This record gives sequence, C-alpha cells and structure tokens, in this order.
Amino acid sequence: MVNEEVILVNFWSSPFGCRVKIALEEKGIPYQYIEEDLFNKSSFLSAINPIHNKVPVLVHNQNPICESLNILEYIDETWKDLAPPFLPSDPHQRAQARFWADFVDKELYEASKKIYRGNEEEQLIGKNEVLRILKLVEGEIGDKPFFGGDNLGLVDITLIPFYSRFYTWETFGNFSIEEECPTLVAWAKRCLQKESVAKSLPDPIKIYNFILDLNKYLAK
Amino acid sequence: MEKVKLFATWSSPFVKRIVWALKLKNVEYEIIYEDLANKSPELLKYNPIHKKVPVLVHNEIAICESLVILEYIDETWNDVCPLLPKDPLDKAKERFWAKFGDEQVLPSFFGYVMKQGKDQEESKETTLAHLKRVEQLLSEKKFLSGESFGFLDLAFGWLAENSRPLEVITGLKLLDEDSFPNLCTWKDKFLEIPAIKESWPDQETLIAKYQEIRESKGK
Repeated sequence: MVNEEVILVNFWSSPFGCRVKIALEEKGIPYQYIEEDLFNKSSFLSAINPIHNKVPVLVHNQNPICESLNILEYIDETWKDLAPPFLPSDPHQRAQARFWADFVDKELYEASKKIYRGNEEEQLIGKNEVLRILKLVEGEIGDKPFFGGDNLGLVDITLIPFYSRFYTWETFGNFSIEEECPTLVAWAKRCLQKESVAKSLPDPIKIYNFILDLNKYLAK
Repeated sequence: MEKVKLFATWSSPFVKRIVWALKLKNVEYEIIYEDLANKSPELLKYNPIHKKVPVLVHNEIAICESLVILEYIDETWNDVCPLLPKDPLDKAKERFWAKFGDEQVLPSFFGYVMKQGKDQEESKETTLAHLKRVEQLLSEKKFLSGESFGFLDLAFGWLAENSRPLEVITGLKLLDEDSFPNLCTWKDKFLEIPAIKESWPDQETLIAKYQEIRESKGK
C-alpha cells in the first residue's frame, strides 16, 4: 500500500458517500477526506466528475471513480486481499447481492424524499413506498447477522447509511420503522456495533436539522 | 445439462444484450417471449419485484436486471469471450458508462424518436449532448470496451441496432456521419460481429416490426 493516494470527495450528509466511508474503513484503507460544499460546488468536483458533478467520488492515484456502488465494487476488487470481501465468490450470490443493492440504490432515496419534502398526500405515498422497500429487503436477511453473512457485504454497506435518516422519516411521517420492520432495525443495530459503521454514520438529529434547513432553503 | 431460460420480448433493448451475451458465450438456452400486457405466472414468480424482462433463469434460480445478468453470464461462463476487463479501474469505467447509457442516453434517445413537435425539439438537444459523450469515448478506441468488443458494447448495442431501423421509420437521421463519425464506424463494426448479425430480430425484421406498430397506431 506504499505510494497509494486515496481521496474521498463527499458531503457529510450524503448516504451515498457514507457507503464509501464504511467500505474504506472496513478495509482499513488510509484516505484523505475532502468535504465538498454542495451549495457551492468546486471546479475540482466538476473536473473529477464531469458527467454528474456529484459526490461521492473516489480518487485513487489520480484516477476518479464515480457512482457509489461502482466505487464499492472497485474498492472490493482493488484491495481484494484485505478482508472481508463485500461480495461472495459464487456468481448466483453475487448477482443476488447486486440486484438488492441496485434495488435499494434506485428506489429508497427517491421514495424517502416524498416523506420529508412532499405534501400530505405525497408523504403517505412516500411512507408506504419506503415501508414496502424496507420490508422486501428485510426478507433477505434470513437468520444471518448481515446480508453479507458473518461480515458486512455490498447490501449492508449500501443500505445502512439510510439508518441515519430513519429518525427524519419517522418524525415527518409519524410512524415507527422498528414497529413495521423489527428484523431490519435489529440488523441496523448490529451494523452499528461495527467500528466502520459507527465512525461513518452521521448523527440522526444532525440529519433531521439539516433536512429542516434544506426544506426552508428550497422553499425560498 | 445446465438449464438456461430467458424471459424476453422481441423489442426490449435490455433483453437483446442478454441474447447477444449468451450467443457469444455459446450458451444453449430456451427463450420465452412474454406478452407484457398479459404476463405469465412464471415471469411473476421469477421477478416478483419488478415484473419485467429480461429474466435469466439458470438451474431454476432467477437473475434479474440486465446489467446484473450480463455480469452473471460473464462470471459463470468465464472460459469463453470475456466481456468485462480484468483491471478494476477499467471495469469501473465500463460499469459507469453502462449505467449512464441506461439511465440517460437510452431514455432520451427513444424519447426523442417517439415524441412530436416541440417536445421532440427539446429532447433533441439532450440526446445529441449524450451521444457526443459516447462519441468521445470512441475517440481512441475501436470498440467501447477497447481493442475488442465487450460489456460496454453490448450495453450500448441498442444504439447500433436501432439507429437505422428508426431512421427508416421516422425519417430522422439520428447518427449522421459528420457529427458522429466514431459512432457510425462503431455501429457498422458492431453489427458485423457474427453473434450480433445472426441474432433475431435482424435489421430488416426490426424495420418491418416497427412499421407494423406505426401502422397499427394509425400514423
């Protein structure tokens, strides 16, 4: 690992960037963290992510890698000798993990925005969609400690950052995720026992206040 | 004997890339054409979340989402025609562009072709901008995946395949040689790959089928 330059460009509240933090911490990879101001994006960000101009971006030895799930697989493949692997070796199981990670990635964030940004009707739709997604995913844990088995896998790392947002969703939507998805919340608490997750997840109250501020800002 | 089934429709660009991959890997499979207005219980059983095609069923286990299926095919039948490169950075680049293709280029392209009037004009700019990005990818390469074709070419194969048929049907010159010389060259090379050339529906059948749809809509 001599002469490896690893930079993570992120914004503190991004659940997508949080995934990458967890992955780097899990593998024990030293990295430099650069906080990007999403309300005043730097020319550096547009240089390393010209297509989407978004965070997170991983820059490894001057090579940028964009899109969080892409970055997770890149980290897993590049530092494959650093335990634990995020994906199993069996192609069927790999496909299953990729499917569920992709499902969470495509649907959860958009659905959740309706809860804290929509009108009353949209809030209800958002709440139902979020619960539908969480219940479907919850079914995949089975009796394993994590989706990845004994260790955090791709699906765990993809989903767990959203745990910081449960408080926000529950407060806006007036519901309890633990009541509806007890298995999932138990899984989340197990994840939080991991140092990589505890270190990386933003504080739920801080997220809630940020979302409140953001809503006010967008309403102007 | 491995049992491989593919749930498909003739028109889906997401299905076609799987057909090509299976052919390139010499995998024998059974194809089941679905009527999306009347989905079979089998399809709903194998893809309860999205209820869409393609679904690959290998020894009774279903794999859904076309890019996930492509990687599965590449990893399972790994002794012939590798689709993804070995280098993690090259792989990450191909995955990134494949996702960009599916989420941005494909919807804007087909949207542009299907729209009328002002809507069409507006989506033209977006589509052209996206196509320019893909054009740039080919500036120093023969294929999107490099010196030889691979995962990213299959992911963008819908563009090569549909370009001429849609041009014939709509009269819109989508990939013109002056604006997109690299893409035009790539398109012709891609369509000449035997596995692609021999897959059904071929170019003439596509034109006929699109024509049929157009006529049935009274255009």
